[in-house]
Amino acid sequence: MIEDIVKSILLIAVVLTIVPVLIWWERKGSAYIQDRRGPNRANILGVRLGGFILNIADAVKLFFKEDIVPRGVNRFIYILSPAVIFFTALAVSAIIPFSSPLNIGDHVITTSVVNLNVGILYALAIGSLGVYGVLLAGWSSGSSYPLFGGLRAAAQMISYEVAMGLALIGVLMWNGTFCLDEIVAIQGANICQWNIVYQPVSFILFLISIFAETNRNPFDLPEGESELVGGYHTEYSSMKFALFFMAEYAQIIVGSMLIVTLFLGGWQIPFLPTDLLIRKMPQILRYGVPVLSIIFIACGAVLFPLKGRFGWKDKRDLEPFYFGLIFITAGVVFIGLSLSGIFDVPSDSTFIIIVTSLTQAGVFLIKVLLFCWFFIWVRWTLPRFRYDQLMKLGWRVMVPLAAANIVMTGIFMIWRR
Amino acid sequence: MLFYVISTLMVVSALFVILSRSPLYSALWLVATLLIQAILFAALGAHLIAAFQVLLYAGAIVVLILFVIMLLNLSGEKLKWRALLGTRFVLAGAVLYLALILGLTLWFINIRTGDSLSTMFGIEGSSAGVAKLLLTKYALPFELTAVLLLTAIVGAVIMAKKEAVGPNKTS
Repeated sequence: MIEDIVKSILLIAVVLTIVPVLIWWERKGSAYIQDRRGPNRANILGVRLGGFILNIADAVKLFFKEDIVPRGVNRFIYILSPAVIFFTALAVSAIIPFSSPLNIGDHVITTSVVNLNVGILYALAIGSLGVYGVLLAGWSSGSSYPLFGGLRAAAQMISYEVAMGLALIGVLMWNGTFCLDEIVAIQGANICQWNIVYQPVSFILFLISIFAETNRNPFDLPEGESELVGGYHTEYSSMKFALFFMAEYAQIIVGSMLIVTLFLGGWQIPFLPTDLLIRKMPQILRYGVPVLSIIFIACGAVLFPLKGRFGWKDKRDLEPFYFGLIFITAGVVFIGLSLSGIFDVPSDSTFIIIVTSLTQAGVFLIKVLLFCWFFIWVRWTLPRFRYDQLMKLGWRVMVPLAAANIVMTGIFMIWRR
Repeated sequence: MLFYVISTLMVVSALFVILSRSPLYSALWLVATLLIQAILFAALGAHLIAAFQVLLYAGAIVVLILFVIMLLNLSGEKLKWRALLGTRFVLAGAVLYLALILGLTLWFINIRTGDSLSTMFGIEGSSAGVAKLLLTKYALPFELTAVLLLTAIVGAVIMAKKEAVGPNKTS
Protein backbone atom coordinates (compact mmCIF):
# COMPACT_ATOMS: atom_id res chain seq x y z
CA MET A 1 0.00 0.00 0.00
CA ILE A 2 2.66 2.50 1.11
CA GLU A 3 4.82 1.27 -1.75
CA ASP A 4 2.03 2.06 -4.24
CA ILE A 5 1.48 5.54 -2.83
CA VAL A 6 5.21 6.34 -2.96
CA LYS A 7 5.40 5.08 -6.55
CA SER A 8 2.38 7.15 -7.66
CA ILE A 9 3.78 10.31 -6.08
CA LEU A 10 7.21 9.73 -7.65
CA LEU A 11 5.62 9.11 -11.07
CA ILE A 12 3.53 12.28 -10.97
CA ALA A 13 6.57 14.21 -9.75
CA VAL A 14 8.68 12.93 -12.65
CA VAL A 15 6.09 13.78 -15.30
CA LEU A 16 5.30 17.20 -13.84
CA THR A 17 9.03 17.99 -13.56
CA ILE A 18 9.63 17.27 -17.22
CA VAL A 19 6.71 19.54 -18.27
CA PRO A 20 8.56 22.84 -17.55
CA VAL A 21 11.69 21.42 -19.20
CA LEU A 22 9.67 20.82 -22.37
CA ILE A 23 8.13 24.30 -22.25
CA TRP A 24 11.65 25.69 -21.95
CA TRP A 25 12.80 23.54 -24.90
CA GLU A 26 9.79 24.63 -26.91
CA ARG A 27 10.73 28.29 -26.44
CA LYS A 28 14.46 27.89 -26.84
CA GLY A 29 14.18 25.29 -29.62
CA SER A 30 11.70 27.32 -31.64
CA ALA A 31 13.95 30.33 -31.19
CA TYR A 32 17.06 28.63 -32.52
CA ILE A 33 15.12 26.98 -35.37
CA GLN A 34 13.82 30.42 -36.35
CA ASP A 35 17.24 32.05 -35.87
CA ARG A 36 16.35 33.97 -32.71
CA ARG A 37 17.79 33.90 -29.19
CA GLY A 38 14.66 32.97 -27.25
CA PRO A 39 13.99 33.86 -23.61
CA ASN A 40 17.10 35.29 -21.95
CA ARG A 41 15.94 38.06 -19.60
CA ALA A 42 13.94 36.63 -16.68
CA ASN A 43 16.27 35.95 -13.76
CA ILE A 44 16.44 35.31 -10.04
CA LEU A 45 19.51 37.07 -8.57
CA GLY A 46 21.04 36.96 -12.04
CA VAL A 47 20.50 33.23 -12.55
CA ARG A 48 18.66 32.56 -15.82
CA LEU A 49 19.53 28.90 -16.47
CA GLY A 50 19.43 29.67 -20.18
CA GLY A 51 15.84 30.91 -20.05
CA PHE A 52 14.49 28.22 -17.76
CA ILE A 53 13.62 30.76 -15.07
CA LEU A 54 11.03 32.25 -17.46
CA ASN A 55 8.84 29.25 -16.58
CA ILE A 56 8.57 30.48 -13.00
CA ALA A 57 7.55 33.93 -14.22
CA ASP A 58 5.00 32.20 -16.45
CA ALA A 59 3.57 30.12 -13.62
CA VAL A 60 3.22 33.20 -11.39
CA LYS A 61 1.50 35.07 -14.22
CA LEU A 62 -0.95 32.24 -14.88
CA PHE A 63 -1.78 31.82 -11.20
CA PHE A 64 -2.54 35.49 -10.62
CA LYS A 65 -4.36 36.21 -13.87
CA GLU A 66 -8.07 36.88 -13.55
CA ASP A 67 -10.01 33.66 -14.02
CA ILE A 68 -12.72 34.65 -16.49
CA VAL A 69 -15.73 32.38 -16.96
CA PRO A 70 -17.62 33.85 -19.94
CA ARG A 71 -21.38 34.19 -20.03
CA GLY A 72 -23.19 31.38 -21.86
CA VAL A 73 -20.84 28.60 -20.79
CA ASN A 74 -22.05 25.40 -19.20
CA ARG A 75 -20.25 25.99 -15.94
CA PHE A 76 -19.88 22.46 -14.57
CA ILE A 77 -18.60 20.90 -17.79
CA TYR A 78 -16.51 23.99 -18.52
CA ILE A 79 -14.59 23.47 -15.27
CA LEU A 80 -14.55 19.69 -15.56
CA SER A 81 -12.98 19.36 -19.02
CA PRO A 82 -9.43 20.66 -18.30
CA ALA A 83 -9.32 18.29 -15.34
CA VAL A 84 -10.43 15.36 -17.52
CA ILE A 85 -7.82 15.99 -20.18
CA PHE A 86 -5.02 16.40 -17.61
CA PHE A 87 -6.08 13.36 -15.61
CA THR A 88 -6.19 11.07 -18.63
CA ALA A 89 -2.78 12.29 -19.75
CA LEU A 90 -1.24 11.49 -16.37
CA ALA A 91 -3.12 8.25 -15.71
CA VAL A 92 -1.71 6.49 -18.78
CA SER A 93 1.80 6.68 -17.31
CA ALA A 94 0.83 4.34 -14.44
CA ILE A 95 1.84 1.23 -16.41
CA ILE A 96 5.26 2.46 -17.58
CA PRO A 97 8.18 0.53 -16.04
CA PHE A 98 11.07 2.85 -15.18
CA SER A 99 13.72 0.24 -14.42
CA SER A 100 14.16 -3.47 -13.86
CA PRO A 101 12.24 -4.90 -10.87
CA LEU A 102 14.16 -4.38 -7.63
CA ASN A 103 15.07 -7.55 -5.70
CA ILE A 104 15.50 -6.32 -2.15
CA GLY A 105 15.84 -9.30 0.14
CA ASP A 106 13.17 -11.70 -1.07
CA HIS A 107 10.83 -8.84 -1.91
CA VAL A 108 10.36 -7.86 -5.57
CA ILE A 109 9.31 -4.29 -6.29
CA THR A 110 8.16 -3.50 -9.83
CA THR A 111 8.84 0.03 -10.97
CA SER A 112 5.54 0.56 -12.75
CA VAL A 113 2.77 1.81 -10.47
CA VAL A 114 0.41 -0.99 -11.48
CA ASN A 115 1.24 -4.21 -13.25
CA LEU A 116 -1.89 -5.13 -15.22
CA ASN A 117 -2.16 -8.18 -17.40
CA VAL A 118 -4.02 -6.06 -19.98
CA GLY A 119 -1.01 -3.69 -19.97
CA ILE A 120 -0.97 -1.67 -23.13
CA LEU A 121 -4.75 -1.95 -23.60
CA TYR A 122 -5.13 0.11 -20.42
CA ALA A 123 -3.02 2.84 -22.00
CA LEU A 124 -5.17 2.80 -25.14
CA ALA A 125 -8.41 2.77 -23.10
CA ILE A 126 -7.50 5.68 -20.82
CA GLY A 127 -5.91 7.54 -23.72
CA SER A 128 -9.13 7.25 -25.68
CA LEU A 129 -10.97 9.05 -22.86
CA GLY A 130 -8.78 12.11 -23.40
CA VAL A 131 -10.95 13.12 -26.33
CA TYR A 132 -13.78 13.90 -23.90
CA GLY A 133 -11.76 16.71 -22.38
CA VAL A 134 -11.28 18.36 -25.78
CA LEU A 135 -14.81 17.69 -27.03
CA LEU A 136 -16.54 18.91 -23.87
CA ALA A 137 -14.27 21.95 -23.57
CA GLY A 138 -15.32 22.87 -27.09
CA TRP A 139 -19.01 22.36 -26.44
CA SER A 140 -19.28 23.88 -22.98
CA SER A 141 -17.59 27.14 -24.00
CA GLY A 142 -20.76 28.11 -25.84
CA SER A 143 -18.89 29.68 -28.73
CA SER A 144 -18.41 28.61 -32.35
CA TYR A 145 -14.63 28.47 -32.61
CA PRO A 146 -14.18 26.14 -29.64
CA LEU A 147 -17.06 23.98 -30.90
CA PHE A 148 -15.37 23.53 -34.27
CA GLY A 149 -12.09 22.80 -32.51
CA GLY A 150 -13.76 20.16 -30.36
CA LEU A 151 -15.50 18.50 -33.31
CA ARG A 152 -12.29 18.41 -35.33
CA ALA A 153 -10.44 16.94 -32.36
CA ALA A 154 -13.04 14.21 -31.87
CA ALA A 155 -12.97 13.15 -35.53
CA GLN A 156 -9.18 13.24 -35.67
CA MET A 157 -8.51 11.39 -32.44
CA ILE A 158 -11.00 8.60 -33.16
CA SER A 159 -9.59 8.13 -36.66
CA TYR A 160 -6.01 7.88 -35.49
CA GLU A 161 -6.88 5.64 -32.55
CA VAL A 162 -7.80 2.98 -35.13
CA ALA A 163 -4.42 3.24 -36.81
CA MET A 164 -2.66 3.32 -33.44
CA GLY A 165 -4.36 0.15 -32.20
CA LEU A 166 -3.71 -1.69 -35.45
CA ALA A 167 -0.07 -0.56 -35.50
CA LEU A 168 0.43 -1.93 -32.00
CA ILE A 169 -0.88 -5.38 -32.89
CA GLY A 170 2.31 -6.13 -34.82
CA VAL A 171 4.42 -5.46 -31.72
CA LEU A 172 2.07 -7.43 -29.48
CA MET A 173 2.19 -10.42 -31.86
CA TRP A 174 5.95 -10.27 -31.99
CA ASN A 175 6.41 -10.11 -28.21
CA GLY A 176 3.44 -12.29 -27.34
CA THR A 177 2.34 -10.24 -24.34
CA PHE A 178 0.35 -7.15 -23.38
CA CYS A 179 2.45 -6.48 -20.31
CA LEU A 180 4.95 -3.63 -20.71
CA ASP A 181 7.37 -5.05 -18.12
CA GLU A 182 7.61 -8.25 -20.14
CA ILE A 183 7.89 -6.41 -23.46
CA VAL A 184 10.94 -4.53 -22.15
CA ALA A 185 12.45 -7.70 -20.67
CA ILE A 186 11.97 -9.59 -23.98
CA GLN A 187 13.70 -6.85 -25.97
CA GLY A 188 16.87 -7.22 -23.91
CA ALA A 189 20.01 -5.12 -23.88
CA ASN A 190 21.09 -5.93 -27.43
CA ILE A 191 20.11 -3.04 -29.73
CA CYS A 192 19.53 -5.46 -32.64
CA GLN A 193 16.83 -7.22 -30.60
CA TRP A 194 14.74 -4.13 -30.00
CA ASN A 195 11.29 -3.90 -31.51
CA ILE A 196 12.24 -0.95 -33.71
CA VAL A 197 14.46 -3.32 -35.71
CA TYR A 198 11.81 -6.02 -36.11
CA GLN A 199 8.77 -3.72 -36.39
CA PRO A 200 9.87 -0.54 -38.22
CA VAL A 201 6.47 -0.02 -39.94
CA SER A 202 4.68 -0.40 -36.65
CA PHE A 203 7.08 2.09 -35.05
CA ILE A 204 6.52 4.77 -37.70
CA LEU A 205 2.73 4.35 -37.65
CA PHE A 206 2.63 4.47 -33.86
CA LEU A 207 4.81 7.58 -33.80
CA ILE A 208 2.54 9.37 -36.29
CA SER A 209 -0.56 8.33 -34.32
CA ILE A 210 0.93 9.68 -31.09
CA PHE A 211 1.48 12.99 -32.88
CA ALA A 212 -2.18 13.00 -33.90
CA GLU A 213 -3.40 11.98 -30.45
CA THR A 214 -1.47 14.77 -28.74
CA ASN A 215 -2.83 17.33 -31.24
CA ARG A 216 0.69 18.50 -32.05
CA ASN A 217 1.82 19.95 -35.31
CA PRO A 218 1.39 18.83 -38.08
CA PHE A 219 -1.89 17.50 -36.64
CA ASP A 220 -2.89 20.57 -34.61
CA LEU A 221 -6.08 21.33 -36.55
CA PRO A 222 -8.20 21.34 -33.37
CA GLU A 223 -6.39 24.47 -32.26
CA GLY A 224 -5.41 25.83 -35.66
CA GLU A 225 -4.69 29.45 -34.73
CA SER A 226 -5.16 30.88 -38.20
CA GLU A 227 -8.70 29.47 -38.50
CA LEU A 228 -10.05 28.88 -35.00
CA VAL A 229 -8.34 31.55 -32.83
CA GLY A 230 -7.23 29.04 -30.17
CA GLY A 231 -9.46 26.08 -30.94
CA TYR A 232 -11.09 24.30 -28.05
CA HIS A 233 -9.37 26.39 -25.37
CA THR A 234 -10.20 29.80 -26.82
CA GLU A 235 -12.53 30.71 -23.95
CA TYR A 236 -10.26 29.52 -21.15
CA SER A 237 -8.01 31.76 -19.08
CA SER A 238 -5.65 31.61 -16.13
CA MET A 239 -4.86 28.18 -14.65
CA LYS A 240 -7.64 26.47 -16.62
CA PHE A 241 -5.79 27.38 -19.80
CA ALA A 242 -2.54 26.36 -18.12
CA LEU A 243 -4.00 22.91 -17.46
CA PHE A 244 -4.66 22.43 -21.19
CA PHE A 245 -1.17 23.65 -21.89
CA MET A 246 0.40 21.32 -19.34
CA ALA A 247 -1.78 18.40 -20.45
CA GLU A 248 -0.40 18.75 -23.98
CA TYR A 249 3.15 18.40 -22.67
CA ALA A 250 2.15 15.60 -20.29
CA GLN A 251 0.69 13.78 -23.31
CA ILE A 252 3.95 14.26 -25.20
CA ILE A 253 5.95 12.88 -22.27
CA VAL A 254 3.68 9.89 -21.74
CA GLY A 255 3.54 9.24 -25.50
CA SER A 256 7.35 9.30 -25.67
CA MET A 257 7.50 6.94 -22.69
CA LEU A 258 5.19 4.51 -24.52
CA ILE A 259 7.24 4.71 -27.73
CA VAL A 260 10.50 4.15 -25.84
CA THR A 261 9.05 1.28 -23.81
CA LEU A 262 7.50 -0.48 -26.78
CA PHE A 263 10.14 0.05 -29.44
CA LEU A 264 13.42 1.24 -27.95
CA GLY A 265 13.97 -1.22 -25.13
CA GLY A 266 12.53 0.92 -22.34
CA TRP A 267 14.99 1.06 -19.45
CA GLN A 268 17.49 -1.30 -21.09
CA ILE A 269 20.96 0.20 -21.33
CA PRO A 270 22.48 -0.78 -24.71
CA PHE A 271 24.77 -3.84 -24.37
CA LEU A 272 24.59 -3.77 -20.56
CA PRO A 273 22.06 -6.28 -19.17
CA THR A 274 20.84 -5.88 -15.60
CA ASP A 275 22.85 -8.72 -14.00
CA LEU A 276 26.07 -7.54 -15.66
CA LEU A 277 25.36 -3.97 -14.57
CA ILE A 278 24.80 -5.05 -10.96
CA ARG A 279 28.04 -7.07 -11.02
CA LYS A 280 30.07 -4.20 -12.46
CA MET A 281 28.41 -1.48 -10.37
CA PRO A 282 31.00 -1.41 -7.52
CA GLN A 283 33.81 -0.91 -10.04
CA ILE A 284 31.84 1.71 -11.94
CA LEU A 285 31.29 3.58 -8.69
CA ARG A 286 34.93 3.21 -7.60
CA TYR A 287 36.34 4.72 -10.80
CA GLY A 288 33.36 6.61 -12.16
CA VAL A 289 32.70 8.92 -9.22
CA PRO A 290 36.26 10.37 -9.04
CA VAL A 291 36.31 10.89 -12.83
CA LEU A 292 32.92 12.60 -12.63
CA SER A 293 34.07 14.87 -9.81
CA ILE A 294 37.23 15.82 -11.72
CA ILE A 295 35.05 16.75 -14.72
CA PHE A 296 32.81 18.81 -12.41
CA ILE A 297 35.77 20.65 -10.90
CA ALA A 298 37.21 21.30 -14.37
CA CYS A 299 33.85 22.75 -15.56
CA GLY A 300 33.68 24.87 -12.44
CA ALA A 301 37.24 26.11 -12.96
CA VAL A 302 36.33 27.17 -16.52
CA LEU A 303 33.10 28.92 -15.47
CA PHE A 304 34.38 30.53 -12.27
CA PRO A 305 36.57 33.24 -13.83
CA LEU A 306 33.93 34.14 -16.46
CA LYS A 307 32.31 36.49 -13.93
CA GLY A 308 31.55 39.80 -15.59
CA ARG A 309 32.97 38.71 -18.94
CA PHE A 310 29.75 39.36 -20.87
CA GLY A 311 29.39 42.96 -19.73
CA TRP A 312 25.70 43.02 -18.82
CA LYS A 313 26.55 45.46 -16.01
CA ASP A 314 23.92 43.94 -13.70
CA LYS A 315 23.34 40.80 -11.65
CA ARG A 316 23.41 38.59 -14.74
CA ASP A 317 27.19 39.04 -14.70
CA LEU A 318 27.29 36.83 -11.62
CA GLU A 319 25.65 33.78 -13.28
CA PRO A 320 28.86 31.92 -14.36
CA PHE A 321 30.28 32.60 -10.92
CA TYR A 322 27.34 30.88 -9.19
CA PHE A 323 27.48 27.91 -11.52
CA GLY A 324 31.25 27.58 -11.12
CA LEU A 325 30.77 27.57 -7.36
CA ILE A 326 28.06 24.86 -7.55
CA PHE A 327 30.13 22.66 -9.87
CA ILE A 328 33.29 22.92 -7.74
CA THR A 329 31.35 22.20 -4.53
CA ALA A 330 29.65 19.19 -6.10
CA GLY A 331 33.00 17.89 -7.36
CA VAL A 332 34.63 18.29 -3.93
CA VAL A 333 31.68 16.58 -2.20
CA PHE A 334 31.84 13.66 -4.64
CA ILE A 335 35.60 13.22 -4.12
CA GLY A 336 35.07 13.35 -0.35
CA LEU A 337 32.32 10.71 -0.52
CA SER A 338 34.45 8.48 -2.74
CA LEU A 339 37.49 8.78 -0.44
CA SER A 340 35.37 8.08 2.65
CA GLY A 341 34.72 4.61 1.26
CA ILE A 342 30.95 4.93 1.26
CA PHE A 343 30.78 3.42 -2.25
CA ASP A 344 32.94 0.37 -1.38
CA VAL A 345 30.06 -2.06 -0.91
CA PRO A 346 29.53 -5.64 -2.17
CA SER A 347 27.50 -6.02 -5.36
CA ASP A 348 24.53 -7.71 -3.67
CA SER A 349 23.79 -4.88 -1.25
CA THR A 350 20.60 -2.83 -1.35
CA PHE A 351 22.58 0.31 -2.15
CA ILE A 352 24.00 -1.17 -5.37
CA ILE A 353 20.57 -2.42 -6.44
CA ILE A 354 19.03 1.00 -5.93
CA VAL A 355 21.88 2.74 -7.77
CA THR A 356 21.49 0.30 -10.67
CA SER A 357 17.77 0.97 -10.78
CA LEU A 358 18.37 4.72 -10.76
CA THR A 359 20.91 4.38 -13.58
CA GLN A 360 18.38 2.49 -15.68
CA ALA A 361 15.70 5.05 -14.90
CA GLY A 362 18.13 7.77 -15.96
CA VAL A 363 18.82 6.06 -19.28
CA PHE A 364 15.08 5.62 -19.78
CA LEU A 365 14.46 9.32 -19.15
CA ILE A 366 17.27 10.29 -21.56
CA LYS A 367 15.57 8.24 -24.29
CA VAL A 368 12.22 9.80 -23.41
CA LEU A 369 13.64 13.32 -23.53
CA LEU A 370 15.19 12.61 -26.94
CA PHE A 371 11.72 11.76 -28.24
CA CYS A 372 10.23 14.81 -26.54
CA TRP A 373 12.80 16.89 -28.38
CA PHE A 374 11.75 15.17 -31.60
CA PHE A 375 8.14 16.30 -30.99
CA ILE A 376 9.28 19.91 -30.56
CA TRP A 377 11.60 19.72 -33.56
CA VAL A 378 8.78 18.49 -35.81
CA ARG A 379 6.41 21.17 -34.57
CA TRP A 380 8.71 23.98 -35.66
CA THR A 381 9.68 22.32 -38.94
CA LEU A 382 6.52 21.05 -40.63
CA PRO A 383 3.44 23.02 -41.71
CA ARG A 384 -0.09 22.00 -40.73
CA PHE A 385 -2.15 19.47 -42.70
CA ARG A 386 -5.35 20.37 -44.51
CA TYR A 387 -8.35 18.54 -43.08
CA ASP A 388 -8.92 16.21 -46.06
CA GLN A 389 -5.20 15.37 -46.18
CA LEU A 390 -5.40 14.46 -42.50
CA MET A 391 -8.30 12.07 -43.00
CA LYS A 392 -6.76 10.58 -46.16
CA LEU A 393 -3.50 9.88 -44.34
CA GLY A 394 -5.31 8.30 -41.42
CA TRP A 395 -7.76 6.06 -43.23
CA ARG A 396 -6.27 5.42 -46.66
CA VAL A 397 -2.58 5.18 -45.83
CA MET A 398 -2.06 4.30 -42.18
CA VAL A 399 -4.87 1.80 -41.60
CA PRO A 400 -4.06 -0.34 -44.71
CA LEU A 401 -0.34 -0.17 -43.90
CA ALA A 402 -1.01 -1.29 -40.34
CA ALA A 403 -3.18 -4.17 -41.59
CA ALA A 404 -0.48 -5.19 -44.06
CA ASN A 405 2.04 -5.05 -41.24
CA ILE A 406 -0.04 -7.47 -39.19
CA VAL A 407 -0.19 -9.95 -42.08
CA MET A 408 3.55 -9.60 -42.77
CA THR A 409 4.38 -10.09 -39.10
CA GLY A 410 2.27 -13.25 -39.05
CA ILE A 411 3.97 -14.64 -42.16
CA PHE A 412 7.41 -13.76 -40.80
CA MET A 413 6.67 -15.43 -37.47
CA ILE A 414 5.54 -18.65 -39.16
CA TRP A 415 8.57 -18.60 -41.47
CA ARG A 416 10.98 -18.08 -38.58
CA ARG A 417 9.53 -20.86 -36.48
CA MET B 1 -20.24 -5.74 -0.64
CA LEU B 2 -18.13 -4.09 -3.34
CA PHE B 3 -20.50 -5.51 -5.93
CA TYR B 4 -23.54 -3.86 -4.32
CA VAL B 5 -21.82 -0.45 -4.07
CA ILE B 6 -20.74 -0.57 -7.70
CA SER B 7 -24.07 -1.82 -9.02
CA THR B 8 -26.04 0.78 -7.04
CA LEU B 9 -23.88 3.51 -8.55
CA MET B 10 -24.39 1.98 -11.97
CA VAL B 11 -28.16 1.79 -11.66
CA VAL B 12 -28.31 5.40 -10.43
CA SER B 13 -26.21 6.66 -13.32
CA ALA B 14 -28.26 4.58 -15.75
CA LEU B 15 -31.42 6.21 -14.38
CA PHE B 16 -29.85 9.62 -15.02
CA VAL B 17 -29.25 8.58 -18.65
CA ILE B 18 -33.00 8.36 -19.25
CA LEU B 19 -34.07 11.14 -16.87
CA SER B 20 -31.75 13.91 -18.10
CA ARG B 21 -33.42 16.56 -20.17
CA SER B 22 -30.45 17.49 -22.31
CA PRO B 23 -29.28 14.75 -24.71
CA LEU B 24 -25.69 15.76 -24.02
CA TYR B 25 -26.09 15.12 -20.31
CA SER B 26 -27.69 11.77 -21.14
CA ALA B 27 -24.64 10.86 -23.20
CA LEU B 28 -22.31 11.90 -20.38
CA TRP B 29 -24.23 9.82 -17.86
CA LEU B 30 -23.97 6.95 -20.33
CA VAL B 31 -20.18 7.37 -20.21
CA ALA B 32 -20.36 7.24 -16.41
CA THR B 33 -22.48 4.09 -16.55
CA LEU B 34 -20.06 2.40 -18.94
CA LEU B 35 -17.07 3.35 -16.82
CA ILE B 36 -18.71 1.99 -13.68
CA GLN B 37 -19.55 -1.16 -15.61
CA ALA B 38 -15.88 -1.45 -16.54
CA ILE B 39 -15.03 -1.15 -12.83
CA LEU B 40 -17.52 -3.92 -12.14
CA PHE B 41 -15.88 -6.15 -14.75
CA ALA B 42 -12.46 -5.41 -13.29
CA ALA B 43 -13.74 -6.23 -9.79
CA LEU B 44 -14.97 -9.59 -11.11
CA GLY B 45 -11.49 -10.30 -12.50
CA ALA B 46 -12.39 -9.76 -16.16
CA HIS B 47 -9.64 -7.26 -16.89
CA LEU B 48 -9.67 -7.70 -20.64
CA ILE B 49 -13.41 -7.03 -20.90
CA ALA B 50 -13.00 -3.99 -18.64
CA ALA B 51 -10.28 -2.57 -20.88
CA PHE B 52 -12.33 -3.16 -24.03
CA GLN B 53 -15.40 -1.67 -22.37
CA VAL B 54 -13.55 1.60 -21.81
CA LEU B 55 -11.66 1.49 -25.10
CA LEU B 56 -14.59 0.73 -27.42
CA TYR B 57 -17.76 1.90 -25.72
CA ALA B 58 -16.65 4.85 -23.59
CA GLY B 59 -13.73 5.80 -25.81
CA ALA B 60 -15.20 5.50 -29.28
CA ILE B 61 -18.93 4.86 -29.53
CA VAL B 62 -20.17 7.45 -27.02
CA VAL B 63 -17.69 9.94 -28.47
CA LEU B 64 -19.46 9.48 -31.81
CA ILE B 65 -22.86 9.91 -30.10
CA LEU B 66 -21.61 13.15 -28.51
CA PHE B 67 -20.20 14.20 -31.87
CA VAL B 68 -23.60 13.82 -33.53
CA ILE B 69 -25.39 15.59 -30.66
CA MET B 70 -23.03 18.54 -30.97
CA LEU B 71 -23.18 18.59 -34.76
CA LEU B 72 -27.02 18.65 -34.76
CA ASN B 73 -27.01 21.04 -31.78
CA LEU B 74 -29.85 19.19 -30.04
CA SER B 75 -31.33 21.14 -27.17
CA GLY B 76 -33.00 19.87 -24.03
CA GLU B 77 -36.62 18.74 -24.03
CA LYS B 78 -39.18 18.67 -21.29
CA LEU B 79 -40.08 15.37 -19.73
CA LYS B 80 -43.70 14.43 -20.29
CA TRP B 81 -45.64 12.35 -17.81
CA ARG B 82 -47.51 9.58 -19.51
CA ALA B 83 -50.18 7.38 -18.03
CA LEU B 84 -49.90 3.61 -18.17
CA LEU B 85 -53.06 2.58 -20.00
CA GLY B 86 -54.23 -0.24 -22.25
CA THR B 87 -51.54 -2.11 -24.15
CA ARG B 88 -48.77 -0.13 -22.46
CA PHE B 89 -49.92 -1.45 -19.12
CA VAL B 90 -49.73 -5.04 -20.37
CA LEU B 91 -46.30 -4.47 -21.90
CA ALA B 92 -44.92 -2.91 -18.74
CA GLY B 93 -46.31 -5.81 -16.72
CA ALA B 94 -44.69 -8.34 -19.04
CA VAL B 95 -41.33 -6.58 -18.85
CA LEU B 96 -41.46 -6.43 -15.06
CA TYR B 97 -42.43 -10.11 -14.91
CA LEU B 98 -39.51 -11.13 -17.13
CA ALA B 99 -37.08 -9.04 -15.11
CA LEU B 100 -38.35 -10.64 -11.92
CA ILE B 101 -38.03 -14.19 -13.32
CA LEU B 102 -34.49 -13.45 -14.52
CA GLY B 103 -33.49 -11.93 -11.20
CA LEU B 104 -34.94 -14.83 -9.22
CA THR B 105 -33.19 -17.38 -11.42
CA LEU B 106 -29.83 -15.72 -10.95
CA TRP B 107 -30.51 -15.45 -7.24
CA PHE B 108 -31.30 -19.15 -6.94
CA ILE B 109 -28.22 -20.07 -8.93
CA ASN B 110 -26.22 -17.92 -6.57
CA ILE B 111 -27.76 -19.60 -3.51
CA ARG B 112 -27.31 -23.14 -4.82
CA THR B 113 -23.72 -22.80 -5.93
CA GLY B 114 -22.83 -20.25 -3.28
CA ASP B 115 -20.18 -18.93 -5.59
CA SER B 116 -19.69 -16.18 -8.11
CA LEU B 117 -20.60 -16.83 -11.72
CA SER B 118 -17.03 -16.65 -12.99
CA THR B 119 -15.85 -19.54 -10.83
CA MET B 120 -19.00 -21.51 -11.68
CA PHE B 121 -18.29 -21.58 -15.40
CA GLY B 122 -14.54 -21.74 -14.95
CA ILE B 123 -13.91 -18.60 -16.95
CA GLU B 124 -10.62 -16.82 -16.62
CA GLY B 125 -10.74 -13.04 -17.11
CA SER B 126 -7.12 -12.42 -18.08
CA SER B 127 -6.23 -11.65 -21.69
CA ALA B 128 -4.58 -15.04 -22.16
CA GLY B 129 -7.62 -16.86 -20.75
CA VAL B 130 -10.09 -15.03 -22.97
CA ALA B 131 -7.88 -15.45 -26.03
CA LYS B 132 -7.58 -19.19 -25.43
CA LEU B 133 -11.35 -19.58 -25.18
CA LEU B 134 -12.01 -17.42 -28.24
CA LEU B 135 -9.56 -19.26 -30.47
CA THR B 136 -10.38 -22.83 -29.39
CA LYS B 137 -13.82 -23.47 -27.99
CA TYR B 138 -15.58 -20.47 -29.51
CA ALA B 139 -13.49 -20.12 -32.67
CA LEU B 140 -16.42 -20.52 -35.07
CA PRO B 141 -18.77 -18.01 -33.38
CA PHE B 142 -15.83 -15.63 -33.10
CA GLU B 143 -15.09 -15.81 -36.82
CA LEU B 144 -18.79 -15.58 -37.69
CA THR B 145 -19.05 -12.41 -35.56
CA ALA B 146 -16.13 -11.00 -37.52
CA VAL B 147 -17.98 -11.72 -40.79
CA LEU B 148 -21.13 -10.13 -39.37
CA LEU B 149 -19.22 -6.99 -38.42
CA LEU B 150 -17.59 -6.87 -41.86
CA THR B 151 -21.04 -7.09 -43.45
CA ALA B 152 -22.23 -4.23 -41.28
CA ILE B 153 -19.22 -2.10 -42.28
CA VAL B 154 -19.75 -2.82 -45.99
CA GLY B 155 -23.43 -2.01 -45.57
CA ALA B 156 -22.62 1.30 -43.88
CA VAL B 157 -20.18 2.23 -46.66
CA ILE B 158 -22.75 1.40 -49.36
CA MET B 159 -25.43 3.45 -47.60
CA ALA B 160 -23.04 6.37 -47.29
CA LYS B 161 -22.10 6.14 -50.97
CA LYS B 162 -25.71 5.68 -52.14
CA GLU B 163 -25.68 8.47 -54.72
CA ALA B 164 -22.36 7.62 -56.28
CA VAL B 165 -23.05 3.92 -56.96
CA GLY B 166 -26.82 4.03 -57.51
CA PRO B 167 -28.42 3.08 -60.86
CA ASN B 168 -29.59 6.68 -61.40
CA LYS B 169 -26.07 8.00 -61.68
CA THR B 170 -25.98 10.25 -64.74
CA SER B 171 -22.49 11.71 -65.03
